[in-house]
Amino acid sequence: MNAAAAASELPSALAVAAAVRSGARRARDVVEEHLSAIEDRESELHAFNVVLATSARAAADAVDRTVAAGDDPGPLAGVPLALKDNLCTRGAPTTCSSKILADWHPPYDATVVTRLTAAGAIVVGKTNLDEFAMGSSTENSAFGPTRNPHDVTRVPGGSSGGSAAAVAAGFASIALGSDTGGSIRQPAALCGVVGVKPTYGLVSRYGLVAFASSLDQVGPLTRTVADAAAVLEVIGGHDAADSTSIDAPPPALLAHLDEGVAGLRVGVVAELLGAGVAPDVAARTHAAADALAAAGAKVEEASVPAAVYGISAYYLIAPAEASSNLARYDGVRYGLRVDAATTGEMNTATRTAGFGAEVKRRIMLGTYALSAGYYDAYYGKAQRVRTLILADFEAAYERFDLLLAPTSPTTAFALGAKTADPLAMYMNDVCTVPSNLSGQPAISVPFGTGDDGLPVGVQVLAPALAEATMFRAAAVLEAAAPPSAA
Amino acid sequence: MPDRITRDEVAHVARLARLDLTDTELELFTGQLAAVLEHARDVEALDVADVVPTGHPSRLRNVLRADVVRPSLDRDEVLGQAPDTEGGRFKVPPVLGEAP
Repeated sequence: MNAAAAASELPSALAVAAAVRSGARRARDVVEEHLSAIEDRESELHAFNVVLATSARAAADAVDRTVAAGDDPGPLAGVPLALKDNLCTRGAPTTCSSKILADWHPPYDATVVTRLTAAGAIVVGKTNLDEFAMGSSTENSAFGPTRNPHDVTRVPGGSSGGSAAAVAAGFASIALGSDTGGSIRQPAALCGVVGVKPTYGLVSRYGLVAFASSLDQVGPLTRTVADAAAVLEVIGGHDAADSTSIDAPPPALLAHLDEGVAGLRVGVVAELLGAGVAPDVAARTHAAADALAAAGAKVEEASVPAAVYGISAYYLIAPAEASSNLARYDGVRYGLRVDAATTGEMNTATRTAGFGAEVKRRIMLGTYALSAGYYDAYYGKAQRVRTLILADFEAAYERFDLLLAPTSPTTAFALGAKTADPLAMYMNDVCTVPSNLSGQPAISVPFGTGDDGLPVGVQVLAPALAEATMFRAAAVLEAAAPPSAA
Repeated sequence: MPDRITRDEVAHVARLARLDLTDTELELFTGQLAAVLEHARDVEALDVADVVPTGHPSRLRNVLRADVVRPSLDRDEVLGQAPDTEGGRFKVPPVLGEAP
């Protein structure tokens, strides 16, 4: 049995929680099973930077004691959870897969971690990522790449590649990632799992290590659409510790999940099926559109003309914000310090030794785009193009309730195939960056395989805070999807 | 859009970003950054002079909180993560005497 077939037979997170809550299964046994799966295959996949076996066992025992005492252990009781290693965990390493934070133990938990553990989920480990979430293949990790569980010669996608691989391989029932330009959805697509980028501001970013603050969102990676809805219900909603958090209650998603798509207007985004999208991926996207139509949706072609400028705008805005956010790694308050005679020399020596090549490239690209004489031509122009993209989406949503597009232009590519050509790597994000620029939600759902037998994901895009409608379409696609592994 | 980025500009930007690049890195990064910036030229034809820039997609503005004392992180725990401390403060090498 290959890993993918094994994963498809694993119980959903909601099934695990139901069994633990009812006392039919012990959380400790669930955790031991997952630790054993990790033991079997982690050396081959490298999904984790650290496996937290001791604390996972202790947390599972605590859940079991709560159940035994007749108290409520939470909606995700006993559900094994993998956390992208850019989410702060008090007392456990949070490295961002960077040498500059290799030994950092945050003094606080991210709000999403606090909420999930309060809901009974059990953290089993911290997952590998492209350094500081900058990449689309998880090859930019300072600790070595993660491999795709469906084919270990291929990348898992990125930057949340460790989280996607962990869920696909059955190392955890659910995972969290962060999505700045597709970093949840693209690895979800390449590993055959569900991935959600929520509306900007729906999920707290307190304790998410910042990459590009006008784009970053935390979201779930799961094996089922319902599991993703359940996680988002727990992590969503206002957090006073994040000033960009929307002051609204958590979204109600599970209650509407089975309402179907009859009567909904769905637009297939023509610009996101253009050049660069492989024919097999385009064919799957059209098949997904047919599935929604068969379920009663009114499906037509949609146009978001400025979306074609997404990559250009994104790869100026995100590096600009990154260059500012990563200025904090100066060897003074936390993380690596390389000693030198003066503070200035220490700053430079620390950053030079601590950052990998892709992070340096992005810092320089952003510094250049923000520098005197170039600000208006690059950063300023990109911000104006962002306005056009947002306006084109809003125009499309006057005609449509939801939009449909591929998630990744191709299935998983071979390790090393794109590492020498950053621009070729950036083009992987062509279908995902528009949603980050617009701040609107999108979900990637597995929908069959490409010609190579590897998973294909399709994206449902929605207006801001329309997650409930988006999840209804995702559930229809999940039910109609051909198998996502050969 | 400006002319193709030069090796000297990349070296200047690296200094601004407090990064030391080897000659090999400088050469490599100059070509790679030029390729990305060249791709960004596809927006050149767009007339966006009258378009308002979007800095972030949130509709929020100036979120304030009440100015009241509340719990904060434990100082010793925070300082425990620092490379060097002295007397409850972060300690750094000399600042004076640096080149401007």
